[in-house]
Amino acid sequence: MKKSYQSLEVNLTNNMRKVIHRKLSVNILRVSLVLLLAFTSALSAQGGDPAKGKSLFNANCAACHQLDKKMTGPALRNVEARLADDEGLDKEWIYNWIHNSAGVVKSGDAYGNKVYNEYGGAAMTAFPQLSNEDIDNILAYTAEVKAEAPASAVAATAASGGAATTGGVSNEIILAALAILFMLLAAGLFLVNKTLRRFATAQNIELPEETTRKPLWKSFVQNQFLMLVVSIFFLLTSAYFVYGYLMQIGVDQGYQPVQPIHFSHKIHAGDNGIDCKYCHSSARTSKTSGIPSLNVCMNCHKSVYEYNGETTLEHSKEFYDGEIKKLYKAAGWDDAEQKYTGNSQPVKWVRIHNLPDFVYFNHSQHVTVAGVECQTCHGPIEEMEVVYQHAPLTMGWCIECHRTTDVNMKDNAYYTKIHEQLSKKYGVDKLTAAQMGGLECGKCHY
Amino acid sequence: MSSNKKYWKSVEELNENSSIVETLKQNEFVDQIPTDEFLGDKDALEASSTTRRDFLKYVGFSTAAASLAACEGPVVKSIPYVVQPQEIIPGVANYYATTIADGFDFASVLVKTREGRPIKIENNALAATNSVANARVNASVLGLYDSLRVQGPRKGEASISWSTFDKETNQKLTDLKVAGKEIVLLTQTFASPSTSKLISEFKEKYGNVRHVVYDAVSESAALDAYQAKYGERALANYDFSKAMTIVSVGADFLGDWQGGGFDSGYSKNKIPQNGKMSRHIQFESNMSLTGANADKRVPLTPSEQKIALAKLYSYVVGGSVSGSLPNHIEDAVKKAAAQLKNAGSDALVVTGIQDVNAQTVALEINAFLRSKAFDKATPIKTRQGSDKAVLSLVADMKAGKVGAIITSGVNPLYTLPNASDFAEGLKKTELSIAFSMKVDETSSNTQYVAAAPHYLEAWGDVEIKKGQYALTQPAIRPLFDTRQFQEALLKWTGNDVSYHDYIKDSWGTTILGGSSFNQALHDGVYVGSIAIETENTSDAETLAETPSGDAASALASSAKKSGLELALYTKVGMGDGQQANNPWLQEFPDPITRASWDNYLTVSTADASALGLMNKHVANGALNGSYAKVTVNGVSITAPVMIQPGQAKGSVGLAFGYGRTVGLKEEMQTGVNAYALYQNFNTAQNVTIEAASGEHEFASVQLHNTLMGRGDIIKETSLEVFNTKDKKHWNAVPMVSLDHKETPVTSPDVDLWDEFDRSIGHHFNLSIDLNSCTGCGSCVIACHAENNVPVVGKTEVRRSRDMHWLRIDRYYSSEETFDGDNEKKESTKGLAIAGALGEMENASMNPQVAFQPVMCQHCNHAPCETVCPVAATSHGRQGQNHMAYNRCVGTRYCANNCPYKVRRFNWFLYNGNDEFDYHMNDDLGRMVLNPDVVVRSRGVMEKCSMCIQKTQKTILDAKRDGREIKDGEFQTACSAACGNGAMVFGDINDKESKVAKLKEDNRMYHLLESVGVKPNVMYQTKVRNTTEA
Repeated sequence: MKKSYQSLEVNLTNNMRKVIHRKLSVNILRVSLVLLLAFTSALSAQGGDPAKGKSLFNANCAACHQLDKKMTGPALRNVEARLADDEGLDKEWIYNWIHNSAGVVKSGDAYGNKVYNEYGGAAMTAFPQLSNEDIDNILAYTAEVKAEAPASAVAATAASGGAATTGGVSNEIILAALAILFMLLAAGLFLVNKTLRRFATAQNIELPEETTRKPLWKSFVQNQFLMLVVSIFFLLTSAYFVYGYLMQIGVDQGYQPVQPIHFSHKIHAGDNGIDCKYCHSSARTSKTSGIPSLNVCMNCHKSVYEYNGETTLEHSKEFYDGEIKKLYKAAGWDDAEQKYTGNSQPVKWVRIHNLPDFVYFNHSQHVTVAGVECQTCHGPIEEMEVVYQHAPLTMGWCIECHRTTDVNMKDNAYYTKIHEQLSKKYGVDKLTAAQMGGLECGKCHY
Repeated sequence: MSSNKKYWKSVEELNENSSIVETLKQNEFVDQIPTDEFLGDKDALEASSTTRRDFLKYVGFSTAAASLAACEGPVVKSIPYVVQPQEIIPGVANYYATTIADGFDFASVLVKTREGRPIKIENNALAATNSVANARVNASVLGLYDSLRVQGPRKGEASISWSTFDKETNQKLTDLKVAGKEIVLLTQTFASPSTSKLISEFKEKYGNVRHVVYDAVSESAALDAYQAKYGERALANYDFSKAMTIVSVGADFLGDWQGGGFDSGYSKNKIPQNGKMSRHIQFESNMSLTGANADKRVPLTPSEQKIALAKLYSYVVGGSVSGSLPNHIEDAVKKAAAQLKNAGSDALVVTGIQDVNAQTVALEINAFLRSKAFDKATPIKTRQGSDKAVLSLVADMKAGKVGAIITSGVNPLYTLPNASDFAEGLKKTELSIAFSMKVDETSSNTQYVAAAPHYLEAWGDVEIKKGQYALTQPAIRPLFDTRQFQEALLKWTGNDVSYHDYIKDSWGTTILGGSSFNQALHDGVYVGSIAIETENTSDAETLAETPSGDAASALASSAKKSGLELALYTKVGMGDGQQANNPWLQEFPDPITRASWDNYLTVSTADASALGLMNKHVANGALNGSYAKVTVNGVSITAPVMIQPGQAKGSVGLAFGYGRTVGLKEEMQTGVNAYALYQNFNTAQNVTIEAASGEHEFASVQLHNTLMGRGDIIKETSLEVFNTKDKKHWNAVPMVSLDHKETPVTSPDVDLWDEFDRSIGHHFNLSIDLNSCTGCGSCVIACHAENNVPVVGKTEVRRSRDMHWLRIDRYYSSEETFDGDNEKKESTKGLAIAGALGEMENASMNPQVAFQPVMCQHCNHAPCETVCPVAATSHGRQGQNHMAYNRCVGTRYCANNCPYKVRRFNWFLYNGNDEFDYHMNDDLGRMVLNPDVVVRSRGVMEKCSMCIQKTQKTILDAKRDGREIKDGEFQTACSAACGNGAMVFGDINDKESKVAKLKEDNRMYHLLESVGVKPNVMYQTKVRNTTEA
């Protein structure tokens, strides 16, 4: 009685493609900015429009090809020139290949077969919809000179960091100056006082003598009532703090363990806007949200082999690239050969949200049925470089939400009858989870 | 005033120069105290830099550190798949259809798996035959995680690899073939078309091959009789749902008679419909499950059974037979015959007598009556063993004529009565291989142990009934380095395909006839078109039958009576003893005796007092019994004695399946081995019994056997009264006094509590029909598996600390009938009641029996909830009484205040505790735990939750799909396991649901209704068909 998840798979794949495209376009945009001038010259020289070519490339080719790296298909920088120089193949061959590569392979073309076999016998998708002009544009784009790696971002961060430090020092200086000023003032006052006294002695003015009285603390100690009140106060205060301390035992809010792979939710969910449920797909159907298996990571990371986003001093590009390498190692992916070695090691993630065994929590109830955003409980995940426990996960916290949250009953036939009856009973239009019976012990503890 | 008296401390002081006096002035003792002795090594002590103070500091520090560390949460690791299998979603269960065929139990089942682990067995609704899992099949999933399974092939004691195994056995088999020596395959009944094909291929290759099928508990006589009459070696298939008058002579057909699986059909006619229900008359020796359910039960010895059956034949068919019976039995037989004749084709006669003539007689009576229940087209194939073949094999082995023996699925050294002959013969074979999951009695004596997989790890096909096929598919990758027998046959015949491909291929060519193999695998079953075609012709053929009285007279003359007779039987819990290492089954209380962890000699009250055997209750209430020495033809065993009401005078009973010693944990080595007395594979044996010394400690979960006239606990009436009289005569609502006026307890005026509105949402109710419940106990094991109920062991059960969430109470009547009990109690006036009640504690010689499953009744006005000081138990709107384990502090007030005594307390930590070395104590056994139900800890109360995890899941699934819930979707583990339809669960707010209708049924009542706790579990009054017509 297996269920079929084929349609789901298809959806996922589509999402994934979109993500890759977006990412590529970001990269390429950066490259293009640096080499804005070179564009125009290359354009006229090749007889194609590299700007148009770029968008065509991104739309049609980028799923399998990059300019400078072997992927599903070969790297394409200067492909036209290389083919002409090394293989003696003209543009016509490229047109044929792109329009119907399988046909070229079948015709027994030597180079075509070589490429076909080199890339695992997978025929390149035919693109009959691309006109020769389109292909010229793409080729123009591939013929562009390689851009220098943009170093400006790092420099900018460094500079801003420097500026921040200077600001800090100036504040301290002001404070120090103020402190010195006050000290001088205090010393001045002391000196004035001393001088006045000296004057007084010299002119035999009698200074009023202080009568020795019982010290305040002594009378305080002797006052039994006050002592009683104070000790009760102290006992209550300490009880308050002890209770507070004890109550936070087992509450791991803010728990932020170091994970074996530095996976940044900020980059994935935030910068790239990947839907949470693309990776945590079982949150839709199961009680657990599921830590994605490595094959899900590899769906994208087969082609996303390096990090080109924003970096900080702490997390450089090299650092992120290293983490991707860790993933490749765990998944058993040989990036150079573009194939799996079969030598995988599962990743031992540190679990952050540890509900005790006696609590039953079901993700699908909240995610699919109630339509609760992941962030409601997990906090601003898309901003977390390293994930931490956002909510206290205490029973009071659960109950609070059940009391205040209206149940999403719209267009759900299950609720039709019960909604009608309950809303009549309570005289409300919208029902909270509590009114639905969401506070009963046995709903979560069994 | 000072005194001049001098007090002497010792005589030494008289001596002025005594050194002792001098020493005592300085020291407390004369001699040096031998501190070394208790402080340890003196040198080490002096060399140590740790002073006493330091030591205390260390102790203090480590205590503080430990308590600080305890506040720190542990670091939990989560390890996802590298490549997640597409069909597995963590947290969601998958179901696979498969079939158990272990030689004793054959059933098409569904396996529930979580994250790839099988955790529960459920019924396969698609299967037409044997679709209901009995207690043993339900428990079989735990056998997968048996820590004593053999983990790889072995040669003697040494582990070897399969390649070594192949090389060596191939060589030896080839040598034997060249030498022309005989190779014997001794196997269980596989009933597998593919295996049969494989064995014939094996025969072809090795020439001198003999295949002997061996059933531990033989049905050889029935097979022989059927074969002689119908020409096919199979068992007659009876559809009990088509029988309105059933006469059984010694056939425990609700138990394991001829493979079992008849109970769901039987139960269908037990519910009175249009004033009619079936009539069941049982003639038997032991009190069996079937006898307990009968409308009329006649106890008689095994030899009398033969005469009774022969006479029944003569009264129904005609002719006369020799032999005489006591008057009351003669009378009962006559009446039974009359009723059979009256019923005509609605009648059915079955017998369990291990005699070809007896089986023939039963077949002939059914043929004569043209019984509709007899289904000739689909005979049962699940027993194929032949006693003669097994006996001649043992003789040949002993004579050294057998070159090699390969066993699979059998354990002859345990199950054979002449096991020593087999052991002797085994030594004379040149090659002996045992395919076994355990190093058991047999495999520990063979040269090679071929580690076999559990059925949940194996492929297979079964033809349970003719033309009705079932498939076995693995639900998990093999846990150990195992190989199934069929794979080995493939290797030996030089065939490279896997057994899966082999099955697929042979099904494709012979069975499926174009249907999809994947569909058959998905369904688990496939019904061939042949079966349907032949069904139409069966009626015409029966007309031609002419009965001859030969078998009946031969049967009557074969009945020889001398002294006591032993009737061997199998228990619902243990069967033939294959699963003896299964703690669920060991702790499963026998439905009749209610004793767990044992087998015993059942003796009638009269015989017990004659032989000086007794049962008594000791100080803590537990049951003790004397021992008896049981001798059959010079073979003696000493077994404990259980005095059994309803046991026929002159007969004793003893169950198979116990007394195993090899391949079991120490705790499971219980009982005595009855196979030693199973001579000539006959369950009836002449026996001598003498009392032996000592007392046996039983672990019984029910110690009070009678109702003592409290007819409101099990409401019962006869069909006649049920049909003719008004409800208030047989199912009256209890009355209580309000302002000196009799008021029904259901009236809101007498209620102490405020009534809550439960009309919104779901309101769960469970209905239990006492008519269709046979007491089989599948629900008990299903509940164990679903709810992670711990096993506590024999000594704890003896202390009444068993943890069963669901128990099936069994009551005997103390008079002839339960009605008699009630009358006696009502008619006894004044002080005489004390004496009368004392008498009523003892069950009658031949009592009526009633079963009543009792679990938490989920009272709407629950007494447990009001007494909990911490509000750990509370009520939900859906009618379930919730138990928050983490909140419970273990005062046990709730258990004391429960009128039904269904709450169970965790006296100990039962998981991960060496004192309770059952499945929860090892990593393997814990794999069976249901991840959706918490495992309770020590000091916590627990009880039936009405499977709230299942109802919640059903609700969630509906919410996710955005649909309403249909009737039948809500199930508890017990209601889903009940194949008899006795347990119906559902939502009474859904007015169209089955359970809502049952709530309005005239037969409906609540247990102890007079208490006024308004339970959500209801019972349906038991109706007995006592009409003698």
